[in-house]
Amino acid sequence: MTTHAPHLIRGESGDWEVVIGLEVHAQVTSQAKLFSGAATAFGAEPNTQVSLVDAAMPGMLPVINGHCIEQAIKTGLGLKAQINRRSVFDRKNYFYADLPAGYQISQYLQPIVGKGEIVLDLPDGRGRTIAITRLHLEMDAGKSLHDQHPSQTYIDLNRAGVALMEIVSEPDLRTAEEAGAYVRKLRSILRYLGTCDGNMEEGSLRCDCNVSVRHPGEKLGTRTETKNVNSVRFVMAAIEHEARRQIGVLESGGTIQQETRLFDPATGTTRPMRSKEHAHDYRYFPDPDLLPLELSEAEIERIRASLPELPDDKKKRFIEGYKLSAQDAGVLVAEQAAANFFEAVAAGRDAKLAANWVINELFGRLNAAGKPIDASPVAAERLGALVDLIQDGTISGRIAKDVFETMFETGRDPAAIVEEKGLRQVSDTGALDAAIAEVLAGNADKVAEFKSGKDKLFGFFVGQVMKKTGGKANPGLVNDMLRKKLSS
Amino acid sequence: MTTLTDLSMAEARDGLRARKYSAKELAEAHVAAVERIKPLNAFITATPERALAAAAEADRRLARGEERAMEGLPLAIKDLFCTEGVLTTAASHILDGFKPPYESTVTANLWRAGALMLGKANLDEFAMGSSNMTSHYGPVESPWRRKGDNRALVPGGSSGGSAAAVAARAALGATGTDTGGSIRQPAAFCGIVGMKPTYGRCSRWGIVAFASSLDQAGPLTRNVRDAAIMLGAMAGHDPKDSTSVDTPVPDYEMALTGDIRGLRIGIPREYRMDGMNPEIERLWEQGKAWLRDAGAEPVDISLPHTKYALPTYYIVAPAEASSNLARYDGVRYGLRVPGRTLDEMYENTRAAGFGKEVRRRVMIGTYVLSAGYYDAYYNKARQIRTLIARDFDRAFKVCDAILTPTAPSAAFALGEKMDDPIAMYLNDVFTVPASLAGLPAISVPAGLSGDGLPLGLHLIGRAFDEAGVLKIAHVLERAADFRARP
Repeated sequence: MTTHAPHLIRGESGDWEVVIGLEVHAQVTSQAKLFSGAATAFGAEPNTQVSLVDAAMPGMLPVINGHCIEQAIKTGLGLKAQINRRSVFDRKNYFYADLPAGYQISQYLQPIVGKGEIVLDLPDGRGRTIAITRLHLEMDAGKSLHDQHPSQTYIDLNRAGVALMEIVSEPDLRTAEEAGAYVRKLRSILRYLGTCDGNMEEGSLRCDCNVSVRHPGEKLGTRTETKNVNSVRFVMAAIEHEARRQIGVLESGGTIQQETRLFDPATGTTRPMRSKEHAHDYRYFPDPDLLPLELSEAEIERIRASLPELPDDKKKRFIEGYKLSAQDAGVLVAEQAAANFFEAVAAGRDAKLAANWVINELFGRLNAAGKPIDASPVAAERLGALVDLIQDGTISGRIAKDVFETMFETGRDPAAIVEEKGLRQVSDTGALDAAIAEVLAGNADKVAEFKSGKDKLFGFFVGQVMKKTGGKANPGLVNDMLRKKLSS
Repeated sequence: MTTLTDLSMAEARDGLRARKYSAKELAEAHVAAVERIKPLNAFITATPERALAAAAEADRRLARGEERAMEGLPLAIKDLFCTEGVLTTAASHILDGFKPPYESTVTANLWRAGALMLGKANLDEFAMGSSNMTSHYGPVESPWRRKGDNRALVPGGSSGGSAAAVAARAALGATGTDTGGSIRQPAAFCGIVGMKPTYGRCSRWGIVAFASSLDQAGPLTRNVRDAAIMLGAMAGHDPKDSTSVDTPVPDYEMALTGDIRGLRIGIPREYRMDGMNPEIERLWEQGKAWLRDAGAEPVDISLPHTKYALPTYYIVAPAEASSNLARYDGVRYGLRVPGRTLDEMYENTRAAGFGKEVRRRVMIGTYVLSAGYYDAYYNKARQIRTLIARDFDRAFKVCDAILTPTAPSAAFALGEKMDDPIAMYLNDVFTVPASLAGLPAISVPAGLSGDGLPLGLHLIGRAFDEAGVLKIAHVLERAADFRARP
């Protein structure tokens, strides 16, 4: 019997391999649109952020927004990609009511960014490199509102002209989990770079999932494209469903149609998009209103020099510098704010202890409260101060958890909480002597049992002493002293 | 005193400054002339109140000695330029009722120089035509008639209303746009000067687009000096047009020195075509002789890809137009003819809104950009366009300007050639190569045909050498001494 590789799906006709490529549309972080000066804020009243260019009034001309170009270059550099010194904006022609000019300005044959890569952080700590095919800039369309009138459609052009980066991966992904990890990692890089806020709920990051299945070693199967999936969870669900659907179709003797599908979050399934009456021929051609975009090496280098430390480098540094596990380092670097928080806590302290407190206590508590790191009630300096109190023996790790709970609720300084609640650890041997003597005297039978060989009772004595001191006794000291007393 | 409408722009400018007449009088004379030439259908919209209001302001400025370069000079504006609050139609039904909330850069530049608007001049629909027959607002008649023949003639196109208004003395000058000859050919037909500057010299912002890589605004005037004055006011870099070029605008009037000694004038052998009208050929020879007499040196040159220019143009221009005109969809402005579905609304609106020639070009353009045809047509045309531009680059190594006829014939009668689009397209055979190469070119009235109609000579210059072109045109104009009037 052959072993079943974990990334394959077992079917009736044998194992199936899922082949996935993703096209991510990331909204460029920019005050103004790609070709007009109009604003881009989310959630504005319909048609309040529309310039004459966006509305495609007669005689209006697009002018490239230099900031958006810089953002695209930055992103390309962050993806370790080839930046093309010359790129061309093309018109993609089709009629739709929310596409005012009747064409979308995009980049077809000569995109601004070429081949790059993303390293996935897999749960077992391994990295896996996924190739990026290209990144190009394009403008978004407006929005058709079908629910405002019984028989007519309203158009909101606020989004029309907003700059998007389309980031296309090679079909290198093999599981829904990998696809999820890809989107998470891409999102992380974009947020580090400040080129896209990655807000999937507001549509700043949308994903088209290209999925096909095949028996391992066979040539690529026919793919479907599931459009506009807007969360990591949905991306994974859509791929999972689509893969199983395709296997089902193929195993029952059917064939896969190359088609565009939609994911329904309510049912977790995909369905074909309403088939268009006419096949689209986009008639791409270079936009004569825009000159080819020429970039100088100096410009690219200037942007390269401005790049922040990115998650992969940061992770490497955390592993090497702070001696963290790959797992912990991966968790800490996913969000730049979290990594910064950790570094503030770890500064001059035991980094592993700091990482523990940030990941296990703080992240756990923030997750439960549904708060992002930058809304943490516990400031980094205060969490650092708590770690100090543990390190210098003022409080035990146990007590520290109670102190942390109070800090999370009140945001207060840990030292003040310790003083106020009298939580300082008892390391006074005289006081401990008395407590130990009391415990041994009160449990003479257990002492006898212990001496006759029941070693396990040692923990019981420690617990009793801690109880007597209200948990404040220094546990190491209690151990040492008890052992001495019981062996005498 | 001559009639105010007979003045050249330069004379009117100087007369206003010398207080020989007021801007108000000048404007009133032209407003009346616009009214008088109504039968020519040269204007789609007249704006007399606007002209008179601007004249009042001009008089105030003149009184204070604060006059600007074109203070008080009345112009016709081709109705392809968006003018704020004034109906702008592109001579198309599809822009019904469209009043732009903005002013094109070129017209804004003219108003800033003190010029005033008499009205919006008729044109071929979306500037697609060489006869002004395709306007939704009806054809324009040329003020000219053949000797002993009272049949109405076309003014040429697409800037037919502009040319007719200037030739008929209803405006001192007019704006035009030229995509393949739309300023130069009507100028030749109407016996006036028409100049297409270098692509990028005038901003295209606010001009209804026909073919974006070719469209260029320019002046139509009654003499070369006026063209220099008007171009100086129209031209200039505009950050709102990415194809507008940031290069200084020289004082074109200063360039009219009359001295062209030693300049080499290229005579392209490929422009001498089989079956060429002998009148046109004779005029061309005459032009060559005039320039030689003025001290220039005619040189034979070759522009080997000339024969491909027209087919190249009739692929590139419709391709861009098919995309540029997609925005006229009935959704946001202009005409909307309802339908049961969005697609039906599009079809109804565009079928009703576009005339036959526009529909023809949209279909040709859509076809040449289609999958499977793109490489054979559009891409090939782009490649040939590069070769045509290279022909000119080579030629300008051995000459300073190129002399050709403007059009293969004099004006034809209204309705002629309408059943044969190819014959109509041939009107542009001499003007299209310079358009494809983006070069400045001018048509100067140089003589009359046997039946008494104006004929133009055409000068093409190096990129951004409008000054050089104007200088030679000025000498040509003096030699030709064209005094005929419609």
